[in-house]
Amino acid sequence: MSLDRVARERLVRALAGAVIEHADELTSLDQAIGDGDHGLNMKRGFEAVLATLPGLADKALPDMLKAIGMTLVMKVGGASGPLVGTFFMELGKALPEQPSRADLVAATEKAIEAVKARGRSEAGQKTLLDVLVPVHAVLAEGGDARAIAAEAVQAADRTTPMQAIRGRASFLGERSIGHMDPGSRSASLLIGAAVETLEFEVNT
Amino acid sequence: MSSLRPGNVGIVIVSHSPKIAEGAADMVRQMVGDAVPLAWTGGDVDGGLGTNVAGILEAIETAWSPAGVAILVDLGGAETNSEMAVEMLPEDRRARVLVCNAPVVEGAVIAATESSGGSPLAAVKRSAEEFYA
Repeated sequence: MSLDRVARERLVRALAGAVIEHADELTSLDQAIGDGDHGLNMKRGFEAVLATLPGLADKALPDMLKAIGMTLVMKVGGASGPLVGTFFMELGKALPEQPSRADLVAATEKAIEAVKARGRSEAGQKTLLDVLVPVHAVLAEGGDARAIAAEAVQAADRTTPMQAIRGRASFLGERSIGHMDPGSRSASLLIGAAVETLEFEVNT
Repeated sequence: MSSLRPGNVGIVIVSHSPKIAEGAADMVRQMVGDAVPLAWTGGDVDGGLGTNVAGILEAIETAWSPAGVAILVDLGGAETNSEMAVEMLPEDRRARVLVCNAPVVEGAVIAATESSGGSPLAAVKRSAEEFYA
């Protein structure tokens, strides 16, 4: 997989666009079981990422991902900033400039482990890990872009009946059941945008 | 936002609400006095409710003491952002900053009281956390 400058800028715009367009939806999900700032926080973070273009896309892929992560850490706020930011930063640290699919599998695994450590959490606790972990499994099994995108959507849906164990929603106990986890939804949106942009790249 | 008294462990207060953070700092100053380096931060980068890493890093710098810094936080994101900020510190400072698992107001007062007596960082953290136990 080789991403030239144009493809890197397209990827950044797709990631940011997916979050910004769905900011209201993320906020309403968060109003149900959190503190209602997820859409606003993520939107602010990705607007800050967009503001670093075009220079951002001049960087090689690993450095670009690290820079995105750092911007998210500094701008998003809430717990999402460090969690999503850590994912991007660790992905950038682990990926070579022209990653193979195996590199992508290994790097996302490292990034997911870093998110687990940052949040002291595991899959099954109604967090973004409930999207990242199953999507990674599909990626590792050789799933194509369509399969990865479908799993991202379904995995976010599967958080609806879960009871939150970590994060603000855990304060609600059983009342967190019946609402989709906003962090899972935003992770799903980011993954969907990424694979759509990378569709013709990921198998090469 | 603070006054500097090097030597004793510094205290940093991190709340989603700048008013709570400032109010807790006022309580520390009134109840414990000026013997400890103290700083507070609260709010997201746009001034709304939330916490932000840059603000926490600045507060750690303001309250810095060779004896280290104890951070008191309120809810989830305050803790995660504080841990992120600690990891972004220079290597030689990282091990001298601890996030306490304690209620933010009571923990800050107790930690500052312990610090004002010259206790080391581990003891300051323990005192704040015993409030929960």
